[in-house]
Amino acid sequence: MNAIIKNTLSAATILGIFSLLGLGLTSLTFHKTEAKIQENERQALLANLKAVIPESLYDNDIVNDTLEVTDLNQDSTKPAVIYRARKKDNPVAAVMTVVTPFGYSGNITLLVAIKTDGTLTGVRAIAHRETPGLGDKIEIERSDWILAFDGKSLAMPKTQEWAVKRDDGYFDQFTGATITPRAVVGAVKNALLYFKHNQSLIFSTTESTPEGGN
Amino acid sequence: MLSEYSKIVKDGLWLNNQAFVALLGLCPLLAVSNTVINGLGLGLATTMTLVLSNTIISLIRNFVPDEVRLPVFVLVIASVVTMIELAMNAWFFGLYKILGIFIPLIVTNCSIIGRAEAYASKQRADKAFLDGLFMGLGFTFALVTLGSLREIIGSGTLFAKAELMFGEAAKTWQIDVITDYSGMLLAILPPGAFIGLGLLIALKNIIDTKVKQRKPAQIQIPIQVAQEQ
Repeated sequence: MNAIIKNTLSAATILGIFSLLGLGLTSLTFHKTEAKIQENERQALLANLKAVIPESLYDNDIVNDTLEVTDLNQDSTKPAVIYRARKKDNPVAAVMTVVTPFGYSGNITLLVAIKTDGTLTGVRAIAHRETPGLGDKIEIERSDWILAFDGKSLAMPKTQEWAVKRDDGYFDQFTGATITPRAVVGAVKNALLYFKHNQSLIFSTTESTPEGGN
Repeated sequence: MLSEYSKIVKDGLWLNNQAFVALLGLCPLLAVSNTVINGLGLGLATTMTLVLSNTIISLIRNFVPDEVRLPVFVLVIASVVTMIELAMNAWFFGLYKILGIFIPLIVTNCSIIGRAEAYASKQRADKAFLDGLFMGLGFTFALVTLGSLREIIGSGTLFAKAELMFGEAAKTWQIDVITDYSGMLLAILPPGAFIGLGLLIALKNIIDTKVKQRKPAQIQIPIQVAQEQ
């Protein structure tokens, strides 16, 4: 009986020691890489923002001047982040993280940048699971299609023409894939409408401090 | 002694190839082999995990009582994979974004716990290290072969997006094997992975049979020569 208890205890102790060792090494690695990983994510975000809005248009710390809204992406559980571009404290443009659930397979996340006059400076797809070779033409790496939004607004083309050609709209679809471009056009249109109705609200709060902004 | 090491190499790369023969680790193999670069990335990460976990497990094998052997192995493998994941996130961010969700899955690659239990826990550290290295390279070889097959048939390219792994200079590495190719969706989607793997295993079996048939023939040649003289 005693031998069994002794064996069990020693086995448990050894298991415990290895758990602590594993934990220690993992947390050491975490601390060594944490800063670098955060910097990577920040750079990736900056690169995405740079793609939709020219850096010359603003002079604020756009990554930290953010606003979270819950009524932009109504089907999403997470609040949408809006990055605000300002020049000399005047609002210039807003970059919205738009999520549409109407993709062919799951959500499509877009960055939509809209100037205060309501024109788009750029749109990019930053996350999606559309079919490779068909729906993934919304990626800038695969096709120029997404550039069709540059300079457009609710006035050009007209609001009712914000649809793909198949639906009597203005925008091209791809051969073999209508659902994906339809979802993207719809999401961009929604973002424009949201911006039109909430513009003053979006820019109302002043630039958040680095501690507060997230 | 040397033959023992060469057996480890041959087993890992060919005779007991974890993907083609043991058919272990199919989940990552089938999911991430849609391009050469993806395959290479996951293959190297798996190799690194196998080398580290095999070596560590061999080194600690005498301190671990049999009853808690498996939990300790799992612990070692999980820690190693987490550290590799963090390191990749920090230093190979582009590749991490593509392979991201598959890296934690390395933990579930049964060939890793398989090698730990079947080999590393019974062998000296140098042999366990070598076994991990060549089992990993064999797995990488399978991933890269299947990856090239699927990338050529699926999108007509080779080495697309190499810059994610080798830096900006590798942007020019992409080879358009078939120009103006509209692609074949089947090869990129999961069924293509299954069909491709099946074909590769069949090819390996053909090669193995051919080699077996040729061996006796090679012995006969000197005899014939002797008779002619």
